[in-house]
Amino acid sequence: MTDTVLETRGITKSFGSLCASDGISIDLQAGEIHAVIGPNGAGKSTLIHQICGGLRPDAGQVLLQGQDVTALPTAARARKGLGRTFQISALAMEDSVLENVMLGALGASGRPWRFFVPVMGDRTLRDRATAALERVGLQDALHSRTAALSHGQRRQLEVAVALTLDPRAFVMDEPMAGLGAEGSKTLTGFLDGLRDQAPILLVEHDMDAVFALADRISVLVYGRIIATGTVDEIRRDPAVREAYLGDPA
Amino acid sequence: MIRERYVNAALLAGLLAVPLYALLVDEPFTITLATRAVILALAAVGLNIALGWGGLVSFGHAAFFGIGGYSMGILAFHAQNFMPLDLGFMVFDGTKSMPVIWLVAIITSALAAFLIGLLSLRTSGVYFIMITLAFAQMFYYFAISWSRYGGEDGISIYIRNDFPGLNTLVPIQFFGICFAALVLALWLNARLVASPFGLALNAARQVPVRVQTVGLDPTRLKLVAFVISGAITGLAGALFADLNRFVSPSMFSWHLSGELIVLIILGGVGRLMGPVLGAVLFVALEHFLGGLTTHWHIALGAILLGVVLFARGGVIGLLCGPKGQS
Repeated sequence: MTDTVLETRGITKSFGSLCASDGISIDLQAGEIHAVIGPNGAGKSTLIHQICGGLRPDAGQVLLQGQDVTALPTAARARKGLGRTFQISALAMEDSVLENVMLGALGASGRPWRFFVPVMGDRTLRDRATAALERVGLQDALHSRTAALSHGQRRQLEVAVALTLDPRAFVMDEPMAGLGAEGSKTLTGFLDGLRDQAPILLVEHDMDAVFALADRISVLVYGRIIATGTVDEIRRDPAVREAYLGDPA
Repeated sequence: MIRERYVNAALLAGLLAVPLYALLVDEPFTITLATRAVILALAAVGLNIALGWGGLVSFGHAAFFGIGGYSMGILAFHAQNFMPLDLGFMVFDGTKSMPVIWLVAIITSALAAFLIGLLSLRTSGVYFIMITLAFAQMFYYFAISWSRYGGEDGISIYIRNDFPGLNTLVPIQFFGICFAALVLALWLNARLVASPFGLALNAARQVPVRVQTVGLDPTRLKLVAFVISGAITGLAGALFADLNRFVSPSMFSWHLSGELIVLIILGGVGRLMGPVLGAVLFVALEHFLGGLTTHWHIALGAILLGVVLFARGGVIGLLCGPKGQS
């Protein structure tokens, strides 16, 4: 398959006797949103960490655009086109909204070793940063301090920083976390359009969002993928209903 | 709240006005005192780049201050005693020229900061504090046992080193040199903070994981900040040695590392002029309270306690409000 953007091959990770990832193979195709769902403690965060570089799998491989990136650190994977958002916003709270997206644009430019030019005067970086803010609808909060943003705005900013990287694949860890119904709906609409730019590996608890967005769903339980399929297939799968959706088949 | 820019300008103007007034009324000691404040400020400006922007609580910046001091001491020692310095690959006569001494001080302290940073940055938090302290103590004990350069007694330099076109023995002229170095370092500091590097460093302090996910290496950013920081503190060390015309292992002592941190906390961590204000307060307290009692550190401790408890942004924070709001 030539349009596999991101792939894990049998990645395994144990913490003592706990097997958090038990031979997980999952792939992300161009143009799709692939959701990973699973109960708490299923190993979703461990999976994301291994894909993004925070954790090294005990066995197995992570491939980005066909290239083995298993041994690369987080920063190198980001440079190869992995755009990640965090479950708990990881933003520079003391800095302004603009500075946070400027950081993304700076990372994308790969030229942080400039000591004397003012970064805010760099038109290329600034255009890239403001374009990302406009796409998520934060253009009016440009100069607000990030600490002063609402929770929903921080979620938007989190996505905007990932956008500045213009990544080949997005890995989003519960982007809807803590959003109200209205916020989830807006973000769902936004992510829906984003899949054409780059496919999204979406870990999410909000089932409405998952069912509305996902082209495929993988269900992770106790470190194993127990099912992968379309929304309808997953809804009908008896094992999934029992293990996760909670109602007896 | 007063705009930070005005406070900064007033502070620099005041720091310049005091020795000029002292010159007018012929009180050379006040000029020396102001020079001391300027040099300590310069050392703390260096530390502030690592501590304030990089979030690196270095408890070992005396290492760079001392290396700067000994660079001056050794070069001037060989020059004044007409003893060529045999480096193995070349023989050097030593020098009494300040610009050459500064260059050597900057290069050697930057090199030391690179090596110390490379190892220390593998740790963080309290371990970083301890490992930087340990490195500085290594230099301290090495200097004590370095009998060739006076060991515990240090090195005395009979005549202050030369600067082209100036008579450095005239207090106000030496003050001018130090003040210019401070202004230059502050200008560099301001440019750095506003630069792409500064943006990335600032984020690396707050959320290293974010910096990684945009494809940058936070450790490397911090290492570069640490090297720049060490180089500036090293330059201050060379000037300090020239002020006293004396170098001793006490320049490497952990008291000095602690004092530099205290200066920054007093003035304001991560504020451009925080170290300058801190140094001025420190030297003023040392002079006025120190004249009344030898236990003046008690008062300093009380003031520091007050700042830490009630004015977390230091005196600059008290005057201008939290960072980024003026």
